[in-house]
Amino acid sequence: MTTAAVRTTPFHSRTAALVRGHTWRHWAGYVVPASYDLIHDLEYAAIRGTAGLIDVTPLFKYRIHGPAARALLDRVVTRDVARSKVGQVLYTPWCDPEGKVLDDGTVTRLAEDLFRLTSAHPNLRWLHQNAVGMDVVIEDETYDTAALSLQGPAARQILNLVADRDLTKLKFFRAAETSLGAIPATVTRTGYTGDLGYEIWVANDRAEALWDLLIAAGAPHGLQPTGLLAMDVARIEAGLILIDVDYVSARRALIERQKSSPFELGLGWTVARDKAPFVGQRALERERVAGSAWALRGLVVDWDALEELYADVGLPSQVPALPWRTSAPVYVGGRQVGYATSGCWSPLLKKSLALAHLEAPHAAPGTEVEIEVTVEHRRRRALATVAKTPFFDPERKRA
Amino acid sequence: MQIARVWDAIVIGGGHNGLVCAAYLARAGRKVLVLERRPILGGAAVTEEIFPGFKFSVFSYVVSLLRPEIIRDLDLPGHGLHIVPLESTFNPLPDGDYLATWADSEETRRELYRHSPRDADAMQEFGRLMQRMAMAVKPLLATEPPDPASLHPRELLAMGRIGKHFRDLGERDLHALVKLMTMSSADYLREWFESEALVAAKSASGIIGTFLGPRSPGTAYVLLHHYMGEIDGVFRAWGFARGGTGAVSESIASAARGFGAEIRTDAAVASVIVKGGRAAGVALESGEELRARTVISGLDPRRTFLELVEPADLPSDLVAAVERFRFRGSSGKVNLALSELPDFSALPGAGPHLKGAIAIAPSVDYLERAYDDAKYGDFSRRPFMDIVIPSMIDPTMAPPGKHVMSIFVQYAPYARTGGWDDRSREAFGDAVVDTLAEYAPNIRSAILHRQVITPADIEAVTGLSEGNIFQGELALSQLFFLRPAPQWADHRTPVGGYYQCGSGTHPGGGIMGASGHLAAKAILADGGR
Amino acid sequence: MRYDAIVLGSGPEELVGAASLAGGGRRVLVLEAGPEIGGAAAAEELLPGFRVDPVHADAGFLDPRVLRDLELDRYGLALLAPDPVLAALAEEGGALTFWRDPARTRVAIADRSARDAGRWEAFAERMEAFARILEEVAGRPAPRPAGPLRELAPFLGLGRRVRALGRSDMTELFRVLPLPAYDLLEDTFEDALLKGALGALSVRGLFQGPRAQGTALALLHHLVGSPTGCFGTRTVVRGGVGGLIEALDGAARARGVELRVDSKVERIEIERGRAVSLRLADGSGVAAHAILSGMGAARTLLDLAGPTWLDPDFVHALRQIRCRGGFARIHLALSEAPRFKGLAEPAAGTIVLAPSLDYVERAFDNAKHGEASERPVLEARIPSLADTTLAPAGRHVMSVDARFVPVDGRDSSAGFAGATAGDALADRAVALIAERAPNLPGAILGRKVLLPADMETRYGLDGGDPYQGELALDQLLFMRPVPGWSNYRTPIQGLYLCGNGTHPAGAITGASGRLAAGAVLADLEGHG
Repeated sequence: MTTAAVRTTPFHSRTAALVRGHTWRHWAGYVVPASYDLIHDLEYAAIRGTAGLIDVTPLFKYRIHGPAARALLDRVVTRDVARSKVGQVLYTPWCDPEGKVLDDGTVTRLAEDLFRLTSAHPNLRWLHQNAVGMDVVIEDETYDTAALSLQGPAARQILNLVADRDLTKLKFFRAAETSLGAIPATVTRTGYTGDLGYEIWVANDRAEALWDLLIAAGAPHGLQPTGLLAMDVARIEAGLILIDVDYVSARRALIERQKSSPFELGLGWTVARDKAPFVGQRALERERVAGSAWALRGLVVDWDALEELYADVGLPSQVPALPWRTSAPVYVGGRQVGYATSGCWSPLLKKSLALAHLEAPHAAPGTEVEIEVTVEHRRRRALATVAKTPFFDPERKRA
Repeated sequence: MQIARVWDAIVIGGGHNGLVCAAYLARAGRKVLVLERRPILGGAAVTEEIFPGFKFSVFSYVVSLLRPEIIRDLDLPGHGLHIVPLESTFNPLPDGDYLATWADSEETRRELYRHSPRDADAMQEFGRLMQRMAMAVKPLLATEPPDPASLHPRELLAMGRIGKHFRDLGERDLHALVKLMTMSSADYLREWFESEALVAAKSASGIIGTFLGPRSPGTAYVLLHHYMGEIDGVFRAWGFARGGTGAVSESIASAARGFGAEIRTDAAVASVIVKGGRAAGVALESGEELRARTVISGLDPRRTFLELVEPADLPSDLVAAVERFRFRGSSGKVNLALSELPDFSALPGAGPHLKGAIAIAPSVDYLERAYDDAKYGDFSRRPFMDIVIPSMIDPTMAPPGKHVMSIFVQYAPYARTGGWDDRSREAFGDAVVDTLAEYAPNIRSAILHRQVITPADIEAVTGLSEGNIFQGELALSQLFFLRPAPQWADHRTPVGGYYQCGSGTHPGGGIMGASGHLAAKAILADGGR
Repeated sequence: MRYDAIVLGSGPEELVGAASLAGGGRRVLVLEAGPEIGGAAAAEELLPGFRVDPVHADAGFLDPRVLRDLELDRYGLALLAPDPVLAALAEEGGALTFWRDPARTRVAIADRSARDAGRWEAFAERMEAFARILEEVAGRPAPRPAGPLRELAPFLGLGRRVRALGRSDMTELFRVLPLPAYDLLEDTFEDALLKGALGALSVRGLFQGPRAQGTALALLHHLVGSPTGCFGTRTVVRGGVGGLIEALDGAARARGVELRVDSKVERIEIERGRAVSLRLADGSGVAAHAILSGMGAARTLLDLAGPTWLDPDFVHALRQIRCRGGFARIHLALSEAPRFKGLAEPAAGTIVLAPSLDYVERAFDNAKHGEASERPVLEARIPSLADTTLAPAGRHVMSVDARFVPVDGRDSSAGFAGATAGDALADRAVALIAERAPNLPGAILGRKVLLPADMETRYGLDGGDPYQGELALDQLLFMRPVPGWSNYRTPIQGLYLCGNGTHPAGAITGASGRLAAGAVLADLEGHG
């Protein structure tokens, strides 16, 4: 009865055969490819140039249905679920009673009284705690449902090759129930790359067939199995935050300072006004009036400044080979005013990018700050400019 | 020949706290002598080769709470201490299933999810809360408790600091702490978990060393006490010492000797010599007298105050408090020498689960019934057991291919109706083996030797009154400024130069060493030479 | 039209609350779901002419401030002081009697143990001194240690009171508060009957045996407001709890309170987080600035207000309130008073059958494992001995609380309900008393048994717990009824609690009603 120490996803037989460098990453108790090749550059290039196929099965998935399904979700998340239409997907955070973010994910309205919630952390207990007295069924389908993310300019073309109906009209953040080949699937026009893309949700036992189908149809169009490293670069370019990296869930924080409100994470737009009561509403309404102490912003590190720091020690300037997620202090006038939580070199934009928490007075786009960088074993500060995210926002994402 | 040599300090009892105290005093330059009644050091933390080739941690069997600063200050690894983490727990259940937890939180989550998906979520939050609670209590463990009855500015200030500390926790954590201090472990855990197996498994750590059942208020605190080891960046600090728990004592002794302390075994102390209201030395049972400026008792409060000194010389309040101090040993040990590993029906084979802690605690009702037996004066017919197989981690504990198994058993009441004798001891041993055989049927034929230890044996061998492994129950009315007695919870005594450093003093319990460390600090602060 | 305040329910705390609000010049409406004022506390007729208090007991300690402020004596309230206060029935026949005069109790104890007799008065005095400290706490809202500093100011006064005990008693207080009654009594006394009787009193309001920590505090809790050494019945109200209701009804009406019976509230309507009105079963609505509920916190907030406006943590906390009455009440109509063997005087106070601490513990063991006690702990009263208004001349009413009865599946393996189970338990209880009072079975004219399930369905007491929440260490003071919400307010503005589930709890005192009214008045003034 002893079982393996880690889960593998239903795509494992396919992905394992392709991971040449044995570069795996642990994600929510699973292993998934960090990159298929030793270097992730081509996989990144596929996301921005053709299409990448990413195994995102480890996401937590809950099927919520019944007369009070809508009421439950409206009670939990900050977006106004009542105003969503069938077939619509909402990106939303949800909060604790103090208005601090617990998690973020998507709510897909599959029918009037049927929703799928995806999240980065487990939320089953939280959903049940909020469902007291409600006529609603919460099913954890995390371990029954496989998911692939098809991202990149060629994603629509590839999908249409296998879908039993034309998905060209499927708009950004909309969902469709359809069949791919003979595989019943939910397709959502969502993703974690800021590009044209889709996420495809199927039963576990159809996962391998789906993979094979997409690879066969997509290969001639440049479809590339893609790992998490390439996706990480793309999501930073898109300014999409990552739990446990860019923010700490209020559920896991040990001290108050570690927690963030949606406003402080640049998610103020998700906090609906005039909606039914939801957890954290009172605190968030107060914060909306009083203002927030922090803001999450993009930083573009000044190339010349970086080059100069390297030149000082006689080195050509270097860029990080991998997206990074170690905290880096941010200064203004010698005083620390924030910290960057993740960043990368953008091969497309040819810029060194970061996502940073900044004290509100220093968060206006265009503000010049300094970010700590380590140059030849020494801590230095490089000039950086506060920027709006996304850093990269192609027309095709929404078109 | 020593002629009227005067020691700076004599420590009575070579248990881990006595040794820690001696080591700190010696490190500060004091001339220290430790006197141990038995031929070996360690008190209840000893390793003995009871059967040829089989070494047992005879009494105390896991190291959980040994303070990291003591390990660092005394450089115990340099003196041979190597603690190997005990990473998993395994609870076989009567229905043939089991409940396990593993070192990796995701793997544990997967296991819990089998039993209850919601509990799998709850466990992570619960672990977080326990971590915060342990952080909240930790400062109290590391300092002398103030005397709430005193109006001395120092004590008032200390009280104020504690008040502020608790206010600063914030409402939510403060309430959680109040609940932990007052509730039963079963009630507390049921606020979190729905799986009976999980509640039972966790609530069992609330009853260890107590004469209480999992539904008795006060056990939630003991539960928290067992989480204490998991802070200070040494998460999963539960572990075996290589060489058994005796190796812990040996390493501390070695450190103490390294600082110049002298340690004598086979040196039973009969009494503390008091002259003019001050401790002046000790008299050994052999008749020898040794002089010292400071005398420290590592024994339990009953022996410290009622046997080593003349109670008539002590304030009557203190004597009354110590007389009321509750010991009520409730646990026994069964040590087995095995020809092969146990094969659990619920998870056959020699898997990784045998390297961790194994517990027989299938339901809260089971534990309560075990307690019921003890309440009315008998050992549990179907007891709670906490089992480890040290030879799985340290093969030198048994001959090659053979194993030693340590079974901590509750309940075995010290005050058994009819008392303890050879017959009742063996009947108790049979109850343990019979119960275990229900889960691991090969155990009977695998037993080569069996050592059964009742609370009466614990008392007789180690000197722990009534066989209480904590030198006195960890009950709310015996904690903090009430441990061991009001006004004397700061490791001092009414007799000048006489100190106490055993587990019966604040903070007490487990192989923690904090009592010994705090006592040494108090002695050094008093400048006692 | 909008009332200043509407009070849900018409039990003693609710009526005290209503009268106090009206006394503060407010327009107050009381809504009672049942046909009679008093609700669960209203007296019932067991047989024509035999009046009993269905679930409550012990109306004998009214907060003196309530008595004074509401001038209850003007509305017919009369307090009687039966003596002996407690009779502990011995296994071998006879009884140990406790009197109002501790010296007389000492003499009674001396028959059984000279050593215990010698210790009795000091013990009683020390317990009384401790109870005085608790009384101090019970008279005002429980300060919240993490709350605003001004709430802690009363703590300072309390600190002085505690220090005034002196070092020895003060440290003893700290030791006793979390102690099991078992240890406290074993430390002090040797006589099994004495220890058993006090042990039985220490588990009232708890689903625990006397070996549980916190039972010493429960013993003290019940002692609040008693004269020295008065561990049993302190005073009784003439007419029982029903008599108290009549007086409170009078006081409330005199202050202009409007009372409506047969008005079942279906829902508390909330707008933007504020309770604004009530919807009644008949579909009508009534609006108010403040709503004060005497029901339990969970019933009020989850069933009537609904969880929509409550944080999930708070909802979780509500659902964790442990209500485990754990006893059955047996009402008897008697043709004559039971005559106890070896007991010279009529047992007008409390009668306890609990010959030893182990007896009490074993009775609990059964319930812990899901069965009614084989040999239950009995706590009986024959109020008609002191109060002739309760039964026809020469006849009597007797109520017997039989402990323990399992409450629900959460704490034991089986629920416990149904006429058969109740009758079997009642038969056992009567038989146990009959061993000491052989005339009892023949004197029974009528009998009625209430199990926890009956108290829940018929009288709205969850888990059959008249205290709306176990009197356990973690459910007292600032932890009651929900941690951090001990000041009678709730997360829903304008909605308040005044039932027994709030601080200070215990016997019917009127303190919760009075203190809750204080909170409402303060808030109403704040809003002009």
